[in-house]
Amino acid sequence: MPAGRYSIFSVLREALRGHTGWGPAWRDAPPKPDYDIIIIGGGGHGLATAYYLARTYGLARIAVVEKGWIGSGNVGRNTTIIRSNYLLPGNIPFYEQALKLWEGLEQDINYNAMVSQRGILNLYHSDGQRDAYVRRGNAMRLHGIDAELLDQNAVRKMLPFLDFANARFPIQGGLLQRRGGTVRHDAVAWGYARAADQRGVDIIQNCEVTGFRRDGNKVTGIETSRGFIGAKKIGMAVAGNSSRVATMAGLRLPIESHVLQAFVTEGLKPFIDGVVTFGAGHFYISQSDKGGLVFGGDLDGYNSYAQRGNLPVVEDVCEGGMALMPRIGRVRLLRQWGGIMDMSMDGSPIIDMTPIEGLYLNAGWCYGGFKATPASGLCFAHLIARDEPHPVAGAYRLDRFKTGHAIDEKGMGPQPNLH
Amino acid sequence: MAPQSNRLPTGGLIDRSRTLQFRFDGQTFTGHPGDTLASALLANGVSLIGRSFKYHRPRGFLSAGSEEPNALVELRTGARREANTKATVAELFDGLEATSQNRWPSLNFDVMSINSLLAPVFAAGFYYKTFMWPAAFWEKLYEPIIRRAAGLGRASSDEDPDSYEKSNAFCDVLVIGGGPAGLAAALQAGRSGARVFLADENAALGGRCIGDAAQIDNKPASEWVAAAETELSRMADVRVMPRTTVFGVYDGGTYGALERVSDHLAVAPQGKPRQRLWRIVAKATVLAAGATERPIVFGGNDRPGVMLAGAVRTYIHRYGVAPGSKAVVFTNNDYGATTVTALDRAGVAVAALVDSRPVPTAFVTDIAGATETPLFSGSVVTDTIGSKHVSGVVIRNGGGETQKLFCDLVAVSGGWNPNIQLTTHLSGKPSWNDELSAFVAGTLPPSLSTAGAAAGKPGLKSALDNGAAAGAAAASAAGFKAVALNALSAIDESHAISPLWRVAESRGKAFVDQQNDVTARDIELAEREGFRAVEHLKRYTTLGMATDQGKTANVNALAIMAELTGRSIPATGMTIARPPYTPVAIGALAGHHRGKDFKPSRRPPSYAWSQEQGAVFVETGLWLRPSYFPQRGEKDWLEAVTREVQTVRSAVGICDVSTLGKIDCQGAGAGQFLENLYMNGLKTLAVGKARYGCMLREDGILLDDGTVARLGDQHYFVTTTTANAVKVFQHMEFCHQWLWPDLDVQMISATEEWAQYAVAGPNSRDLLRKIVDPSFDISDDAFPYMQAGAITVCGGIKARLFRLSFSGERAYEIGVPARFGDALSRRLMDAGREFGVCAYGTEALGVMRIEKGHISGPELNGTTTPRDLGLGGMVSTKKDFIGRVLGGRPGLLDADRPALVGLRPVDRSQRLRSGAHFIAKDAAATAANDDGYMTSVAYSPSLGHWIGLGLLRRGPSRMGEIVRACDPLRGGDTLVEVVSPCFIDPKGERLRG
Amino acid sequence: MRINCPYCGERSLDEFAYHGDATVTRPDPQSATAMADFVSYAFERTNAAAAHRELWYHAAGCHAWLVVTRNLTTHAISSVEIARDVAMKRASEAGERT
Repeated sequence: MPAGRYSIFSVLREALRGHTGWGPAWRDAPPKPDYDIIIIGGGGHGLATAYYLARTYGLARIAVVEKGWIGSGNVGRNTTIIRSNYLLPGNIPFYEQALKLWEGLEQDINYNAMVSQRGILNLYHSDGQRDAYVRRGNAMRLHGIDAELLDQNAVRKMLPFLDFANARFPIQGGLLQRRGGTVRHDAVAWGYARAADQRGVDIIQNCEVTGFRRDGNKVTGIETSRGFIGAKKIGMAVAGNSSRVATMAGLRLPIESHVLQAFVTEGLKPFIDGVVTFGAGHFYISQSDKGGLVFGGDLDGYNSYAQRGNLPVVEDVCEGGMALMPRIGRVRLLRQWGGIMDMSMDGSPIIDMTPIEGLYLNAGWCYGGFKATPASGLCFAHLIARDEPHPVAGAYRLDRFKTGHAIDEKGMGPQPNLH
Repeated sequence: MAPQSNRLPTGGLIDRSRTLQFRFDGQTFTGHPGDTLASALLANGVSLIGRSFKYHRPRGFLSAGSEEPNALVELRTGARREANTKATVAELFDGLEATSQNRWPSLNFDVMSINSLLAPVFAAGFYYKTFMWPAAFWEKLYEPIIRRAAGLGRASSDEDPDSYEKSNAFCDVLVIGGGPAGLAAALQAGRSGARVFLADENAALGGRCIGDAAQIDNKPASEWVAAAETELSRMADVRVMPRTTVFGVYDGGTYGALERVSDHLAVAPQGKPRQRLWRIVAKATVLAAGATERPIVFGGNDRPGVMLAGAVRTYIHRYGVAPGSKAVVFTNNDYGATTVTALDRAGVAVAALVDSRPVPTAFVTDIAGATETPLFSGSVVTDTIGSKHVSGVVIRNGGGETQKLFCDLVAVSGGWNPNIQLTTHLSGKPSWNDELSAFVAGTLPPSLSTAGAAAGKPGLKSALDNGAAAGAAAASAAGFKAVALNALSAIDESHAISPLWRVAESRGKAFVDQQNDVTARDIELAEREGFRAVEHLKRYTTLGMATDQGKTANVNALAIMAELTGRSIPATGMTIARPPYTPVAIGALAGHHRGKDFKPSRRPPSYAWSQEQGAVFVETGLWLRPSYFPQRGEKDWLEAVTREVQTVRSAVGICDVSTLGKIDCQGAGAGQFLENLYMNGLKTLAVGKARYGCMLREDGILLDDGTVARLGDQHYFVTTTTANAVKVFQHMEFCHQWLWPDLDVQMISATEEWAQYAVAGPNSRDLLRKIVDPSFDISDDAFPYMQAGAITVCGGIKARLFRLSFSGERAYEIGVPARFGDALSRRLMDAGREFGVCAYGTEALGVMRIEKGHISGPELNGTTTPRDLGLGGMVSTKKDFIGRVLGGRPGLLDADRPALVGLRPVDRSQRLRSGAHFIAKDAAATAANDDGYMTSVAYSPSLGHWIGLGLLRRGPSRMGEIVRACDPLRGGDTLVEVVSPCFIDPKGERLRG
Repeated sequence: MRINCPYCGERSLDEFAYHGDATVTRPDPQSATAMADFVSYAFERTNAAAAHRELWYHAAGCHAWLVVTRNLTTHAISSVEIARDVAMKRASEAGERT
């Protein structure tokens, strides 16, 4: 039996009986012969999609198929940051929708994913960078989103231990979004899985998709390591592996797979409250509720499907860290890992129908997928349920490269390793 | 100071002739060179060293090595304070100071140990189920409480005062681990002539040879270790690196290693780093990192006084310390039982040998007999008794009868896990070995082999033989002829084992991951809630996430999960380690790249001269460029910049523009090549002429702008923006080598070769006449606007002159070989004095280009097309070029796109600011009405008010319209009028002279 | 990762700049299908988890562009060719076809 509602009362009740009354957070469902909707990919986006299909769009007969264990992709391999401090109109409303959903997530899904809005501060080190952040901050404000510009003194007050005395690229100030923050990443997958499961969604683990079955130009189901499963509609939410799965359906995507490394240190008593990003190098950092400094930097820069990277980027990131906050010199790096990013050709995602009837695509999240999770789920569910894009995701079309409507926040062009 | 009560009278690899003083939690103790902080504290009878993460339970020393989960301290003080240092690996030095962590007010009396009473609530994952109401309370109440309890030690609050280095090394054979197998491997490889690196994380080589009382060739093994070290030190191509941890395996035979150069000293010696990061590239590698003993999970197994059996032997043999006075040995294997012998010889009473195996092996009965130790076969220790230290154990026999025994030391052995972490760094999968009851390496990284205990061959004789064979094979793989192996005599101790992972009958908390306080019950709960995949288990319970990376925890946890689910251990999952093998200081990974040395500084040729003039410099990429030259009496930058602009516009100014990218491009195909690259036609560019040009990316977006000068029939000189110099050169090489390989063209970046100055202003020609050698005619007829040519200056120094203007004035750029750059800046200023010359910096440069409506970085932002920036007319329709086809996509031709305009404040006294967004005058300030934004602004000295450039939706058709420049971020809207982007001399009369 | 530059020998990853897929070739801009061809060339990638032919630039070395064949799941490099040679061969083969 799935577990009942989580609350302080249920926790206390279980404490008295050795926690023997808890059931599985979600059922380990075997596949049924067919479903109305199958979502491929039991990551954050896939599970959220299934949840919103059931909860917001009232649909049933839904399955999520996952080749390994749920949450084994990027939802469990990121640096846990949420924010909506985007620049372009194609992105801002979408990420703000995500942030709003994060803000009510725990009560909605009855799972504490520790959404923690301790703020995100992007530092600037030159007039040009300041102007770019002002442009961004103003774009956010015009969308009704919080943004503040801090000068050097205000940054110093907030983070007195940054290198203000001897920096190669002196800190001039920062763009602050107080509503930004972090979320306990794994819990997002588990929370959505549990909430979707409670609404009847079948979560099928260890079920790898090996092909699509089609009738003419219409999909009729998927071949899997656990046999054929029929479906009227199929959504792909397999960022990191989108090209591989899409190839099975004969599609060639505007995506390359790249590795992004992330790092965590030993646990320390808290001294960094929010998220800080360095503007003169590749480094951003926050401190988890367990005390570890969680940080990252740039892509390794080459195509990869291996969930690991190489030393040059490790060093580059730590150099950024020491340049920004030299007090962490004796803090020890505990673990490094890599995630596979769906790097799209303009750095922005795709939520769209495909040329194949009944097959829907959610892909190209680059390294911004985690923060998008709730909105990605909602918008993908909307698209699948209604066959039209959700109003905040209308720009994420698959054909935008053909039409010349790239959403290029960084202005790097079709060079995925530079986004 | 008390004597070292637990120090054995003899033995140990410590230097008893010297005594070191150190402090722990303010109390002074003594130890000896060769001690770790742990062995010295144990020698002094100190066994309580820390508090656990969640329940604040008292904790002591579980191990004697880098797998230690419990004995973590803050080492050193002040700026050198380092949190979470394992006392078991911290070498003792005179004056060492250490402090316990995660306790308040004291280690002995820790208020937070009340958490232990709340343990029934604090089960794994309880926080996912609560703290949700009311929503606003998370950030305000719950999380701050959780964060206050977070972490263990405190990071230093000051900048790390020590320095770090990075080194590259190349070797034939890298041997990781200096125990019996590693030493044998290094000797064998070294004897064959290979260049060998031997790295061991310990200060002393030897591994179990110095932890156990073994014999090699009928002598104490430690003597063989010393002899091996001597032999290795005599081999010219062998480098032995103690205190060096190989922490990661990377692609291409690259290994990351950390050498702790000075951590065993009070402070790093002058000129020495604290630590050194090694990037080692090895042709072949032998992993001989030994094995790590695992505990058995039973009630109260975390209490100080409970110690791994191997660690007990190490403290006795290596450090000459008796970790207790009355011991119980609890084992499921033969090797663990040897601890009884070690204790007995050290004079420590052994109250019981508890062997979980129902039928004792002869090996065990022999030990028990020889030492007259009571043997409890088929029995288990269910619980320990005591509070801050073990005072006894509860033993349960196969029949279920229990009895209590008093003791102050419990030596426990659950078997050994080969240290195969490095074999999984490149995604290798371990495989399960039933005989050892442990994972051994499965798929290996290319050119890496395992040896000794790391290879699942734990016996001493096996390790020596296997290590030597692995060393020989590695040398031969690296191209060296093997020399004959000479076998050593030693015996393989019995390692027979019947797995026991946990004692199910335990009543007290039985810890699996001691640092993160994960108990056997937490694993049961995870199983019950469906977190059965090994990664789910780890993430849900935080198992294996602590500073020891679960070295003593992971396999036990997996085995318990296997028991619970009825699956085999390999079917349950496997433990994959990620780098680093042990934690690495961030400072070491950064090396000297910090502070001003974070990135190199590039200095333009006039740097020294500019500095003498009091220039204020600005970081432009890696360049440090003068941004303005303040004069005495000027109250701010604006006043200085205004003066510089006015001087240029009325007299003449000099600006160092050497940072612009310069590419020399030659060959029969050079003309065609540039024609392919630039969007504008260059076919008609005559020799001796220059032209402005733009390159696009293949997607039709502007890449860069600059000038193309034709210096000869097949010789072009191309300039780029400062920011894109490297990128454009790379792009041109790409186009040449990959797209049009058949074109006869060669190019070289000449950015550093030429010092180049802009000489701008009505008096520029007159000034130059005093510099340029008289044989060159630079009259307007001979050298009109957009002329370019080779000249000589100052009496025969070769130079290039270009009549280009960014400022809009009559202007030149003059280039000389970089070595003359400093001299030329001085000569130009001297020569210009009579013409009222001034030096100007990037600020004035920027003001003048905005006055002229020239685009720069803020407009060339990677999303703009030629049409967006008013350059549509330049785009050739007569040729193909990069970006032409995709530049024709409808989205890029949309007339609605924001396009370049000039802006001036309606109220001329108002200041403009970049980054403001444009909103139609009467529209609401909302995203829907966002019409673009201000890209660049300047105070125009020429016009006496602020001006701006911006990208405005349908801009060119809105001339004269008043719009709002909306800046909610900084407060305040400004009404601005849309005007032509060229504010000054729109017909260009001045620049032609 | 280490790349064996045919000119300079085996060098560390940090000397090289990455470009991407070397299997796409710049289409004929005069073709009737030029727009569709260029969209595919500039934006669409096979991106298989297998051997990948890709372009690298020896930025901190000889400035040669290289075609590296590298497995995307193991990062193992099976060949390094000089891009200009590959391009010349491609051009001469294309010439033979027409």
